[in-house]
Amino acid sequence: MSNDKSPNIPRTEPIMSATFTPAVNAEIRRAAATGIYDIRGGGAKRRVPHLDDLLFLGASMSRYPLEGYRERCNTSVSLGTRYAQNPIELDIPITIAGMSFGALSGPAKEALGRGASAAGTSTTTGDGGMTPEERGQSSKLVYQYLPSRYGMNPDDLRKADAIEMVVGQGAKPGGGGMLLGQKISDRVAEMRTLPKGIDQRSACRHPDWTGPDDLEIKILELREITGWKVPIYVKVGATRPYFDTTLAVKAGADVVVIDGMQGGTAATQDVFIEHVGLPTLACIRPAVKALQDLGLHREVQLVVSGGIRNGADVAKAMALGADAVAIGTAALIALGDNDPKWEADYQKLGTTAGAYDDWHEGQDPAGITTQDPDLMARFDPVEGGRRLRNYLKVMTLEAQTIARACGKNDLRNLEPEDLCALTIEAAAMAGVPLAGTSWVPGTSGDIT
Amino acid sequence: MMQTFDLEAEGLRALNTALQAQTRETNQTPWQVLNPKGAHAVAVGLDAPIDVQVKGSTGYYCGGMNKQATIRVAGSVGPGAAENMMSGRIIVEGDASQYAGATGHGGMLVIKGNAASRCGISMKGIDIVVHGNIGHMSAFMAQSGTLVVCGDAGDALGDSLYEARLFVRGSVQSLGADCVEKDMRPEHIELLRGLLEAGECDAKPEEFKRYGSARKLYNFDIDNAGDY
Repeated sequence: MSNDKSPNIPRTEPIMSATFTPAVNAEIRRAAATGIYDIRGGGAKRRVPHLDDLLFLGASMSRYPLEGYRERCNTSVSLGTRYAQNPIELDIPITIAGMSFGALSGPAKEALGRGASAAGTSTTTGDGGMTPEERGQSSKLVYQYLPSRYGMNPDDLRKADAIEMVVGQGAKPGGGGMLLGQKISDRVAEMRTLPKGIDQRSACRHPDWTGPDDLEIKILELREITGWKVPIYVKVGATRPYFDTTLAVKAGADVVVIDGMQGGTAATQDVFIEHVGLPTLACIRPAVKALQDLGLHREVQLVVSGGIRNGADVAKAMALGADAVAIGTAALIALGDNDPKWEADYQKLGTTAGAYDDWHEGQDPAGITTQDPDLMARFDPVEGGRRLRNYLKVMTLEAQTIARACGKNDLRNLEPEDLCALTIEAAAMAGVPLAGTSWVPGTSGDIT
Repeated sequence: MMQTFDLEAEGLRALNTALQAQTRETNQTPWQVLNPKGAHAVAVGLDAPIDVQVKGSTGYYCGGMNKQATIRVAGSVGPGAAENMMSGRIIVEGDASQYAGATGHGGMLVIKGNAASRCGISMKGIDIVVHGNIGHMSAFMAQSGTLVVCGDAGDALGDSLYEARLFVRGSVQSLGADCVEKDMRPEHIELLRGLLEAGECDAKPEEFKRYGSARKLYNFDIDNAGDY
């Protein structure tokens, strides 16, 4: 009879479960120890089909390119041409997404304004209202109109260059926000009309309208208050992009903003971020189709956000039909968020540069997602603004490089026919052929 | 001299343009609006010490984001009346639909009839005096200011409220999460007396009960999760 423990008998190697991974197990242990779900910032970290799964075909026998450094390739775009007297004129089709003062420090908001203005684009307020430094440094500022209405007042509304009605965001469509007490400084508390140090919940739905029929009247009110001068955007988290876009347009939106699940948030439950909503790639074509079906593609502009990182992403989103994109997480990284130069501090927080996402705790070593005066002092808004400007310019040059290679003298002339997909999933979501084939999966039904 | 504006004949844009053009120094202070006929967004975004009398009922958002102005509606108002009001006074002679005074930062809203659900939702400093009853979920997440109800309150009054003060003379169908009854101290009687007087109401402050936040949910605690 053999001895099971004999060294001569081959042993089964320890195998880690693909289901119960070390990260999953660690989360189970953490939940068991604390009794509370994990809250974090950022967007979905899981791998989902994304713009990386698309490729441009470039010029060939049937297409001829434009000279890379000589021939013009337009990058400007007007947002809000449907009803607004004063549409927003952008030099580049890359905007800065809404991020709140409170989640971000005042200097960080100032830097976003500086960088965006220097690059000829807009930045956006967030939950918590408009700060003077942000308005002062932003040549084009979009004022978010949020369910919480923290800091909301008609004077700031009239200072805005556009109004963004926030119905949802990609990281948490259907969810509200939470700014934990440790980030509630005197200034943040005053702007939000709440006591210092308490957790501040942001409502998940608007307090005075429900559904698209109400929204149409709410938009009427906002236009009446602002004299029909500025564009009104409607921002939704990516869930039902065809219908949401249709309803936003019906309600009177000048611009529709769709935010995919890779889009970030200052703080919400990890389970929400990773399990609710659609990838950015999956929502662009349905939204564009909705606009086309209404005969309003390009008249109502589409802005896409959620995981936009470089000029290729910009070009791909626009080739799929977007008029512009918005960046949030990437802008924070450009400012210095998660920079390895703070690695020692990240280690003290139990994380590492690149993975730090506890933005809600207010201990950001980079001094960006904090209200701590000592940490804030680490961040120079002038230098931050310069870095953001540089980054935006690089993204624009990259997008132009691709557009010229496809023979386009305007970024908005890029089209789905310039693309192919590397995976079946991406081909189906983007509605473009799988590379090397003429097969577009999923075209037997409507794109909704 | 009274300025008269026929909304049906001249249109909403012209009305709001005219009213919004009034400045702090204006001597055209009395206005009357004829034929509102349920129009939405009547007299919104005003920012001058003018008196506007609306001769009839309105739709959504009457007096929205008001500053300084006094708006008196000789009728009822639709949803969201006086939403996000900053200052001034809005008096509704009839009833108010949902979300009356939502997110208001200041000023006073007086409703002489009843108010529907979510009256004072997310209020941020406004004072609201309702002569009649209010519907369910009123003062939900109310942050600051005072809601006075001379009649009864519906379900879930003051759910998840913060520092807003609630006074109800009649019955309360139920209290929302973290909302509790509190003692009426002399300073509350005095506060209420002033609000009732300003709200054109002759009710006696001693007849009211006070409600406010238990402050148990101000910082998340897993042991309170069942209260949400």
